[in-house]
Amino acid sequence: MRTVRLAQLAHARSGDKGDRADIGLFAWDAAGYAVIERCVTRERVGAHFAHLAAPGAALGVDRYEMPNLLALKFVLDGALAGGAARSLRSDNLGKTIGAQLLRMSINIDDTEVAVLREESA
Amino acid sequence: MKSIRIGAGLGFYGDSWEPVRASIERGDVQYIASDHLAELTLAILQKDRARDPALGYTRDLVPMLTTLWPLAQPRGVKFILDAGGLNPTGARDALVAAFKAKGWRARIANVTGDDVLADIDALRAEGIALSHLDSGAAIDSVRDRLVFANVYLGAAPIVRALERGADIVVTGRVADAALFLAPLAHEFGWSLEPGDAAGLNRLAQGLVVGHLLDCSGQGSGGNFGSLRAWAEIPDLTHIGYPIAEVHEDGSAVITKAPGTGGRVSFDTVRQQLLYEVHDPGRYFSPDVVLDMGSLRLDDLGADRVRVSAATGHARPATLKLMAGYDDGWMGQSVVGFCWPDAMDKARATIVSVRTQLAERKMAVDELQTEFLGHDSFLGPHADHGDEARLNEVWLRMAIRTRDKRVADAFPRLFPWMALSGAPYMGGLHGTSASSQLLGVWPSLVPRTAVERRVEVTLMDTAS
Repeated sequence: MRTVRLAQLAHARSGDKGDRADIGLFAWDAAGYAVIERCVTRERVGAHFAHLAAPGAALGVDRYEMPNLLALKFVLDGALAGGAARSLRSDNLGKTIGAQLLRMSINIDDTEVAVLREESA
Repeated sequence: MKSIRIGAGLGFYGDSWEPVRASIERGDVQYIASDHLAELTLAILQKDRARDPALGYTRDLVPMLTTLWPLAQPRGVKFILDAGGLNPTGARDALVAAFKAKGWRARIANVTGDDVLADIDALRAEGIALSHLDSGAAIDSVRDRLVFANVYLGAAPIVRALERGADIVVTGRVADAALFLAPLAHEFGWSLEPGDAAGLNRLAQGLVVGHLLDCSGQGSGGNFGSLRAWAEIPDLTHIGYPIAEVHEDGSAVITKAPGTGGRVSFDTVRQQLLYEVHDPGRYFSPDVVLDMGSLRLDDLGADRVRVSAATGHARPATLKLMAGYDDGWMGQSVVGFCWPDAMDKARATIVSVRTQLAERKMAVDELQTEFLGHDSFLGPHADHGDEARLNEVWLRMAIRTRDKRVADAFPRLFPWMALSGAPYMGGLHGTSASSQLLGVWPSLVPRTAVERRVEVTLMDTAS
């Protein structure tokens, strides 16, 4: 068992629509897809991004599985401070939220993933 | 089997049209479809229109086309652009004037009818509630603060313009992918009316093609969100925007012009495929509902990816309206602090600013503080390490307020600290102007209530 970051076995792009952030997470290969499909649950993603919710509000989280693309899709409702045009954040469009997802740590078996990218020192 | 090639134009207002040159000169395209309108862009254009009623379109339209038309005209390449923004007629007039001044001949069409701001009360009188799509809230709460209200139109009016012989079609708000679906429907004679499964699947393929191309370089290796892999994509400085080669049966290959940078591969294409679609099983557009669950991407190598097997379902009976309403003002300031004690000094500054706000009784609805270059993007997932040893930190503070005077006054709470605050503060680059904040109001409108307002007009610059 070892702990890795999602960035080592997947890539991601995020965007916005209104107050919803929207992230595509893509495994580099089929073995990686099996791992993200198992580990990157709706619950974990909800906890990972809880800080994006408005004060006193809960974040809505939807997960969609796209095995034909080796991808998961996450939609975070209420994550963009009311939407890009009223948000005070530097990243009002949520473009870097994909990178935040790639910071997530997951536990995998040593033999489980064929393609693991190493982070530079 | 007949096929056509469509090249991506811009992906937003402010994007570069330099890569479009390669698509026209070396990409063998018959059409360029260009998306100038992000969800936010109408808010920017509304400010232009408030200053001058002749404006309200994206002002890159005229310089872009006066650069590209001399390349496109001899090759018969046509343009479809949503650069009309809030004023497609004004955009058309500006373009016609520019072409006439150069003695160029073109048939330029414009599509109007998406702008329903002046019709809100008439629509409500017809019994259309215009409630908030997600919350269900009544529009009364923002009715007096609306600054724009536009409906996403489909491909039909663009097809009408092409049938009438338009070389250039300028629209206001249309669904981004409709800019690409329209020339396919026109060239192949695809009906936009919901038909059999084969017809719906063809429209779904057209929607996928449009979606893959409507963010310019994001479809060909730009903004490839990844650890290290982005650096393996060649020559982004000379990126080729994506080109779709589409066959009459809807099957398509995504590629780019030879000799350009970027990359079209399974990985770069699928990142764009899922971008901002929300439920990939039900991606709504005015012309078809797309299910990506059956879709296949085949990487053919050499910057070619085949797209096939999209599933389409009949279009919805309603169209999406997106309105924006005045939601106060943002005032902001950024200051930098150098070692030693950079983070402590930034935090002391936050305390000072909060105290000043309270003592001056400045009414603030929301206060945002960020440490730029440290954790403003990653938040709690940043590596916070030993904050006491930071080389430097940039503090950004922003407020939201109903009172523009408060927003204007906010940055003036900072400059005095250069001489009278914590030491080694650098990089206070003047005080920035406050900016208007807008809330967005998505809603649904019956298709029939909008479509009867839609008009297509054609002007020949030679007449």
